[in-house]
Amino acid sequence: MALLELEHLKKYYATQKAVDDISFSIAQGSIFGLLGPNGAGKTTLLRMITGIFFPDEGNIIFDGKKFDALNDIIKIGYMPEERGLYKKMKIGDQALYLAQLKGLSKNEAMEKIKFWFKRLEMESWWNKKVEDLSKGMSQKLQFVITVLHEPKLIILDEPFSGLDPLNANLIKDEIYGLAQRGATIIFSTHRMEQVEEICDHIVLVNLGRKVLDGTVQQIKQDFKENKFSIQLSGIPATITSKAFDVIDMKATKLTVKIKDGFKSNDVLKYFIEDGVNVEAFSEILPSLNDIFINLVEDTNAKTRSFQKVEP
Amino acid sequence: MNKIALVARREFLTRVQKKTFLLTTILLPVIIFGFYALIIYFSVSSGSNTKIAVADNANIFNGKLENSDEVTFSFLQNETKASLEKKVNSKEYGGYIYIPADTKPLINDSIKLVSGEKIGLIARGKIQDIINKQLEQVRLLSLHITKQQLDSARNDNSVSFSTINGSNDSDMKEGVSMAVGYGAGFLIYIILFIYGAMVMRGVMEEKVSRIAEVIVSSVKPFQLMMGKITGIGAVGLVQFIIWIVLVFGLTFLLPLIFPSFAHQMQSQPIQPAGMQAAEAFKNASADPTFMQGLAQVNWLMIIGFFIFYFLGGYLLYSSLFAAVGSAVNEDPQDAQSLMLPITMPIIFAIVIMTKAVNDPSSGIAVFGSLFPLTSPIVMMARIAHGVPDPVPYWQLFLSMALLILGFLGTTWMAAKIYRTGILMYGKKITWKEMWKWAFRKS
Repeated sequence: MALLELEHLKKYYATQKAVDDISFSIAQGSIFGLLGPNGAGKTTLLRMITGIFFPDEGNIIFDGKKFDALNDIIKIGYMPEERGLYKKMKIGDQALYLAQLKGLSKNEAMEKIKFWFKRLEMESWWNKKVEDLSKGMSQKLQFVITVLHEPKLIILDEPFSGLDPLNANLIKDEIYGLAQRGATIIFSTHRMEQVEEICDHIVLVNLGRKVLDGTVQQIKQDFKENKFSIQLSGIPATITSKAFDVIDMKATKLTVKIKDGFKSNDVLKYFIEDGVNVEAFSEILPSLNDIFINLVEDTNAKTRSFQKVEP
Repeated sequence: MNKIALVARREFLTRVQKKTFLLTTILLPVIIFGFYALIIYFSVSSGSNTKIAVADNANIFNGKLENSDEVTFSFLQNETKASLEKKVNSKEYGGYIYIPADTKPLINDSIKLVSGEKIGLIARGKIQDIINKQLEQVRLLSLHITKQQLDSARNDNSVSFSTINGSNDSDMKEGVSMAVGYGAGFLIYIILFIYGAMVMRGVMEEKVSRIAEVIVSSVKPFQLMMGKITGIGAVGLVQFIIWIVLVFGLTFLLPLIFPSFAHQMQSQPIQPAGMQAAEAFKNASADPTFMQGLAQVNWLMIIGFFIFYFLGGYLLYSSLFAAVGSAVNEDPQDAQSLMLPITMPIIFAIVIMTKAVNDPSSGIAVFGSLFPLTSPIVMMARIAHGVPDPVPYWQLFLSMALLILGFLGTTWMAAKIYRTGILMYGKKITWKEMWKWAFRKS
């Protein structure tokens, strides 16, 4: 069942189309990756989902009903890319204040803050001020503030930036835990290796439009280039086959690209007939990083912000 | 709890709990008063008693010269200048006055005081006063005029002013009204600037630290703005109440600590406002017209309207300041230039006010007291003169209605600018763009 459905969302600014007809849906309990280069319209999209902006056109269906910013806000936790905390406010008070703004009562908020502070070993921070914290520490605090009120939908914009590997893992585990307990997570980042690791489903936006939508496995399949890696016992002097081209050769390891109309078995057959022992054989799936660069590179993503809106 | 109230509570508490708040609210007035008290204390006690030897050979003073805290006169017989000088040199006396036997009281500049050391300014004035007073009596006597005759001739005949519809229009009332009008107008002017700027800085802080985005995902930007405005307004109210209590408390305390003030103050060039007030109250019983003047000012009405115009003016301007704060990026220089269009009408209002206190019925004063951007300052100056004359009821109600409409208007407009501006980073925003945000349909 889909927790969130976006239907033909549009948001135009005076000088650009920030979001231009984007639709997708996010399943309940999934970890969803929203990808895109800088200025692709991700932040605008997220701001519409969090109710900060109203879309110019289109609908947001949240939890089966039309999204109502006023009442649904408590079901959403949003951690923006630009972290923001009151520098001079004590951490405990800050968490309490922001939780109450979400709509929790004071006692409820207190209880949950204590739970999370204990869980992430932040108890001794209560009376410290944000300006005394390191970047990683304030990041952790921001995460706690985002998930404190147990939202159904958690939106994390670059949650790992500034975290050391230890804390990044801690947060990653928490994200998995939240998803297991039924929360849906939207994860926005440029770090493709994290997306591959964490996300079930991704959408890639560029120039305000959706360019890619699917599960990580599906997308990799879609973009595979029929490349295989072969480990041989020895390299034959000449390799000529109508079934494939050799595109890389390192010691006894070959990378080959299979031509259209042939299968992987044709490659194996060639080497077997040639009398060379095949020690390992595997398909090379493109990394999301490659797919991302491939899709985005040729567009004029960088110059987009100066582009005029066609009347 | 209501979200506006939540935001307001945080704004209020974080400001009130700051050390600087305690410092400016409580310590500052105490320090200023303490400073004045010290100045006054020293000026009062510094005049150590100077003994003056008087050799009155012409018997002008008849052996009568009043002594005071600063000077003691001793009449000596059969002294020469030389012998007096010796006594001054031996520090027996601080100075001497030698009056030759042929001196006539009606001849001026005949009295010379020779002192061992320089005599202080206050003591000097005192000596002058005492001698002149005595000389005057002696002179009158020599012209066969009694003091009573002179006094009755000198009696002032004050012209009493009243308007044709019978209301008393005494000078005293006019003066008191003017002072009250000025005071109230300036107070509102100061409030608008101090707390308006505080709202602006608060908004800038939220924008620059990027917390605005976290918060507007929980509350509407309008709620955040209104919470901030109400919270800071409450800080202002509390601060003012504390100041008023402190000022009154200290004003009444000071004369108790230094009872000899009242006399001293008349010759003091530095007169702190609090002392003037103390003086005024001291004189009040002696001067019935002043008391009348005070009584004719309708204090309850003025305080009531002051609170109304304080709140109205604050709400009107603070939302504009919030809008400016939301448009500013990291650079505080931008704030300066964006603030100008807001500060102009406030300064304009002060200019109109200075005219309105003198002539509350003039055209510019009436306009200023109706126009919502200037009315909080100008109307206070006019109201002090009285309702319904010179401020008719229709003008008063129109002014109040316009102010309410005005602040609803600015708040509505500012909220739209604020909503866009607070999430807009990196780009310098111009007035033209803000104007566009304010009037586009959402």
